[in-house]
Amino acid sequence: MIDIELNGKAIQVAPGSTIMDAAHQVGTYIPHFCYHKKLSIAANCRMCLVQVEKAPKPLPACATPVTPGMKIFTHSELAVSAQKGVMEFLLINHPLDCPICDQGGECQLQDLAVGYGDSASKYEEEKRVVADKDLGPLVKTDMTRCINCTRCIRFTQEIAGVMELGQAFRGEHAEVMPFVEKTVDSELSGNIIDLCPVGALTSKPFRFSARTWELSRRKSISPHDSLGSHLIVQTKHDRVMRVLPRENEEINECWISDKDRYSYEALNAPERLTRPMLKQGGVWHEVDWPVALDYVSHALRDVAKTSGGEAIGGLFSPHATLEELYLGQKLLRGLGCGNIDTRLRHSDFSADGQRLGMPWLGMSLTQLSQLDRVLVVGAFLRKDQPLIAQRLRQSAKRGAQVSFLHSAGDDQLIKQVGLASQVVVAPSQLPALLAQVVKAVSTQQGVALGLDDVNVNWADLAVSAEAGRMAQSLLSGQNIGILLGNFAQQHPQAATLHVLANKLATLLSGKFGFLGEAANSLGAYVAKAIPQTGALPVKAMLAKPRRAYVLLGVEPELDCADGAAALRALNQASSVIMLSPFKPAAAMDYADCLLPVSPFTETSGTFVNCEGRVQSFYAAVKPLAETRPAWKVLRVLANLLDLPGFDYTSSENVKAEALGLAAGAMPVVVAGLDNGMAPRPDMSLGVLGMAQTGGIERVTDVPIHFADQLVRYAPGLQKTKDAAHPAARMNAATMARFGLQHGDWVKVGSGDTAANLSAEPKSTGSQATDAMLRAELDIGLPDNVVRIAAGHTATVAAGDMFATVHLEKADKA
Amino acid sequence: MLSSESLQKIDREIAKYPADQKQSAVMAALAIAQDEKSWLARETIEFVARYLGMPPIAAYEVASFYNMYDLEPVGEYKLTVCTNLPCALSGGVHAADYLKEKLGIGFNETTPDGRFTLKEGECLGACGDAPVLLVNNKRMCSFMLPAQIDALLAECK
Amino acid sequence: MALLGSISPLLTTGWSQGDAGWRLRDYEARGGYTQLKRILSGNMSPDDLIAEIKKSLLRGRGGAGFPTGLKWSFMPRSFPGDKYVVCNSDEGEPGTFKDRDLLRFDPHAVIEGMIIAGYAMGASRGYNYIHGEIFSIYERFEEALDEARAAGYLGASVCGSAFAFELFAHHGYGAYICGEETGLLESLEGKKGQPRFKPPFPASYGLYGKPTTINNTETFAAIPFILGMGGDAFLALGKPNNGGTKLFSVSGHVNRPGNYEVPLGTPFATLLEMAGGMRGGRKLKAVIPGGSSAPVLPADVMMETTMDYDSIAKAGSMLGSGAVIVMDESTCMVKALERLSYFYFEESCGQCTPCREGTGWLYRVVHRIEHGKGRAEDLDLLNRVTDNIMGRTICALGDAASLPVRSFIKHFKSEFEYHIEHGKCLVDPAAQSAGSGFFRAEGSL
Ligand SMILES: Cc1cc2nc3c(=O)[nH]c(=O)nc-3n(C[C@H](O)[C@H](O)[C@H](O)COP(=O)(O)O)c2cc1C
Ligand code: SF4
Ligand code: FES
Repeated sequence: MIDIELNGKAIQVAPGSTIMDAAHQVGTYIPHFCYHKKLSIAANCRMCLVQVEKAPKPLPACATPVTPGMKIFTHSELAVSAQKGVMEFLLINHPLDCPICDQGGECQLQDLAVGYGDSASKYEEEKRVVADKDLGPLVKTDMTRCINCTRCIRFTQEIAGVMELGQAFRGEHAEVMPFVEKTVDSELSGNIIDLCPVGALTSKPFRFSARTWELSRRKSISPHDSLGSHLIVQTKHDRVMRVLPRENEEINECWISDKDRYSYEALNAPERLTRPMLKQGGVWHEVDWPVALDYVSHALRDVAKTSGGEAIGGLFSPHATLEELYLGQKLLRGLGCGNIDTRLRHSDFSADGQRLGMPWLGMSLTQLSQLDRVLVVGAFLRKDQPLIAQRLRQSAKRGAQVSFLHSAGDDQLIKQVGLASQVVVAPSQLPALLAQVVKAVSTQQGVALGLDDVNVNWADLAVSAEAGRMAQSLLSGQNIGILLGNFAQQHPQAATLHVLANKLATLLSGKFGFLGEAANSLGAYVAKAIPQTGALPVKAMLAKPRRAYVLLGVEPELDCADGAAALRALNQASSVIMLSPFKPAAAMDYADCLLPVSPFTETSGTFVNCEGRVQSFYAAVKPLAETRPAWKVLRVLANLLDLPGFDYTSSENVKAEALGLAAGAMPVVVAGLDNGMAPRPDMSLGVLGMAQTGGIERVTDVPIHFADQLVRYAPGLQKTKDAAHPAARMNAATMARFGLQHGDWVKVGSGDTAANLSAEPKSTGSQATDAMLRAELDIGLPDNVVRIAAGHTATVAAGDMFATVHLEKADKA
Repeated sequence: MLSSESLQKIDREIAKYPADQKQSAVMAALAIAQDEKSWLARETIEFVARYLGMPPIAAYEVASFYNMYDLEPVGEYKLTVCTNLPCALSGGVHAADYLKEKLGIGFNETTPDGRFTLKEGECLGACGDAPVLLVNNKRMCSFMLPAQIDALLAECK
Repeated sequence: MALLGSISPLLTTGWSQGDAGWRLRDYEARGGYTQLKRILSGNMSPDDLIAEIKKSLLRGRGGAGFPTGLKWSFMPRSFPGDKYVVCNSDEGEPGTFKDRDLLRFDPHAVIEGMIIAGYAMGASRGYNYIHGEIFSIYERFEEALDEARAAGYLGASVCGSAFAFELFAHHGYGAYICGEETGLLESLEGKKGQPRFKPPFPASYGLYGKPTTINNTETFAAIPFILGMGGDAFLALGKPNNGGTKLFSVSGHVNRPGNYEVPLGTPFATLLEMAGGMRGGRKLKAVIPGGSSAPVLPADVMMETTMDYDSIAKAGSMLGSGAVIVMDESTCMVKALERLSYFYFEESCGQCTPCREGTGWLYRVVHRIEHGKGRAEDLDLLNRVTDNIMGRTICALGDAASLPVRSFIKHFKSEFEYHIEHGKCLVDPAAQSAGSGFFRAEGSL
């Protein structure tokens, strides 16, 4: 510790601290613009100048390290005059258009100008005008207001991982801009709005819609990825106007992804379902709640009576709240139906009944950041869990080595730091590759691999050079983590990958975990919205069609592993009951009842994040029109069905029961987390590798803005590059094999459905079979695979996410 | 995008720096690219950036920071006259005025026949030889009094 | 060319052959590379070497005048990784053109000096950053490097010793700020030349984050000569605390602008005489004695001053890079300042607020005054703006932009006041034109 004096008070600070750190430590405010605790130090704004005894000139607090005995004065005459001088310079070229600026009321420049600005400027020369830049659909610019603090630039470089903004030209002509005619396409781009201390970068969707002081602030939790990022939802007259990050160092730090930030636009979208609807004689009618609920209770009771409860299938969204999932499964089980699932994109359920506990991250996010060696298997990490990618990026910069085993070479934006390696193989080869890493590690350690947990002929398994290198990297670490991403969990041999990854972690005395697909993937296990022994998981529910389906926040054609199979199953059912905040076009065909339920902002609820952290939130606004919270709808429905045990008075009661706690208890982390699995001698490498039927393997990503219902209806997000229309992506060799050029039309049919893909379906979810996708070059893919996105109507007909597909060059019909 | 000679030259520049510091060659690479293309179009900058494995905006920052890169098309002969104080004391400004009148253009303009572009330069590092001007960034001309300017213009046909 | 009176030229020895004497064989014929060979044959340890440079009291020739031997001793000795030696030949300070001639007439002296520096500081790689506008000099330097490489002065085993040293040239492309040492490093790394905040200083965090020492071209060029004659003898050439000879670039209203090597402590009057005296016999009005960033001094003060760091500092200016800008009575001081202010405005890197915003403010006000739109309060305003720039910027460009403004106003206030009051020059425009000498030959506008 170093002894210093700050404004006459003796304090002790850690060696390596700056004056700014020291001031923070004792709660002394030093004005600043360019300094940000999460970014590198630029020391360019000079607002933080302070006086230091014996220093001939004022020093920037943000960049000056403390030295023993230093005497610092942050408010002395010299310090204040220096700060005022800087403020004057900042204001001479600033437009001072606060009355029409969206930043008004939350502008650091405005705030500080009150304290440090002189009322009348002596500057009477012409002011600078800077042309605005097009940064894409999410961020609006007013570059004349820019004070060149370079926070946004440093954010793109350091946090988002790719330098999308720069400061071009020099001197007074310096301008912050993207590369000419490029936009900012990072999935974290909205954070630059929060970072901008003035109104140069503002939210395009939010623009001019409200003045900041008119907004109420409500705490909430993100319903998207498995982090459960903390949010501030800002509302005006019961309408959500804006979403901002709420700082939580252990989860999202001070960031959120664009999906978290802009999905609120869907809440006010025209596709919102506002009244219950029934289809009678093929015609849809809006009805009152009692009519609709009466219909549903009769329909379900009917099926249960005539065909047994097992004739019903329940498909629940993993983005639904703990309370909704709990009541949903309790209701269906009350009817004798155990076919309940939330793992909609999975295809291997052989681990069910073998797991030792609920699958989770295997560590806290804070611990994840402390890993020095990380292997990520099967993950579009950057798009699936943007803030976990961000954490690993920072780790890599600190020296951690990060490796990826995957079927696509997407830059996870860690590579550029030079510290990540990536091996890319076709999906069918993924288990074998992971097995090679296991073998390489065990060989190095001199540990014999038995047949106890997985029946692999280890002796015959050849270890590739890449697998050897990855093993080498892992072996050189102290604090190792093996993570299975969404792709690995959706893989047809997910259980094999699970066993192998677990084995690898055990050998290395490391941690092993699942990245978590959705906000409540883990909560679904807690809520038991997972089939128990004997009941059907999602795939079987669709393969062996049920007579009735209950859909909770799910559009099965877009949310399930095989959208085509889902459509077939739904279309043949006698009743499809959909609880949804939206009115999906496809559902108009297959459903017979639509119940408008609340999105996360209009209900109280709970998500359990990938760490097992229980995070509850309240409604931020009143339910829109006739919309009702799903937990209430399910409770009333259960009452109508005369099911016992549904006399909850609040969502708190439901939560307590779901978590097995006394009402009012405040759980932090759920119990029963365990990634272990009972031995699987039935699993042999001999069957590793999927059947080849002459077609080529499909690699499927779930693009960030197609991944759940809310984002799909958010117009701003749908205009981003990440929401580009799906294509059939291949590497050059594969394209050549099929005689394709980038941009050619290609007909894609899956082995199972023989359906062709529709680039322009006639209506959402229709099973058009006569249209095509464009071929697109993707140099990161392995040979002989075609990459086709899921979650989009244009690719529903392609069938299963891991199917073998047929490609054919075609002319555009 | 660039000729193989240019790429060879760029490779020679890259070799001057540690293997993981290719970006150090960006100034030379942009200069080489500009020599070939006469000015730096957006695509040229992007090509150079990709060749060196750096973000295009970082290459653009460089191209826009240094005076001698041209982000707009220039004439066949770009004449950069130093008008800084030491040169001005010995006729730098007058030389520029003389050129403006002779060519009928102002600073940052190009003659209609596309032959000459006139630029105002900051210190070229040759103040003892004032008036001085640079032809196409590479050729320094010293003691440019009216007769010498006339001769230069005659030569640049 | 050099006229040293009783003392024979040192750094400019090779210049007498003009463009014909820069090759390796010429340099060797003048005794070049003998110091390097002597050192590497085991006659001098790095410590002895640095001690010798310290004795010479060689002060950095790039502007700040920091003692070179002391700077070299800051390099961490036992640092395990790469270390760098960087030569600053960016020479963009208006009025300075000595480094260009050093590289033009005697590039091997700079190369030898850098290799010796590498040896002294345990660095195995060096770069010479050369002003982009003198491209042919850059190309010549590359040729000289090829010669040195071929002769075994560079490479894995310098002169057959265990010492390895590689040296490369890097050219700028038009940015004054790259003369600032950390702006230069950024530029060498392939970025904009925006200076870094210090600390950390280059000796601990320099090129690619490694320990680095940066010296001016003339500083390196002096090394072989110092070692040849001994540190004490070099110091004795100049004055105490101001060792050796120094190149002065004399420009402006003199008959023979050019570089002159004189012992530090030579009277300005002597230097002026060497440069052929005042052009057209006009009267001396003012001199900027150390490059455009140094405060201007009126004629009478200059004529009393000798050319060395301490004397010029005492007179109220700086020796700087040794660029002596001479102005006669035909000079309008407002116009002269306007030109300088425009330069700093144009060359500010744009990084830090006071310089980015302040240099434009200064220029615009001076421009207004020059164009007859001055206001009574403008001179106070200019001084106040410089108060807010000086000492508050990341690098010294902010000071460099401010010092001319303050000194011009201080010494030539009445001229500024005349401009403001009458909206025109005190100096007759026709006389101003004639002063430039542009019309001395035939041809007219
Ligand atoms: C704005 C600015 C421009 C500079 N330009 C040069 C230059 O062109 N050449 C130079 O050698 N030093 C220049 N310097 C000084 C360098 O930063 C550095 O002090 C010098 O190269 C050190 O070498 P020396 O110790 O041998 O003098 C400049 C400094 C500033 C602040
Ligand atoms: S003082 Fe000027 S040149 Fe120096 S860092 Fe600041 S803005 Fe750049
Ligand atoms: S906050 Fe320290 S210089 Fe900007």
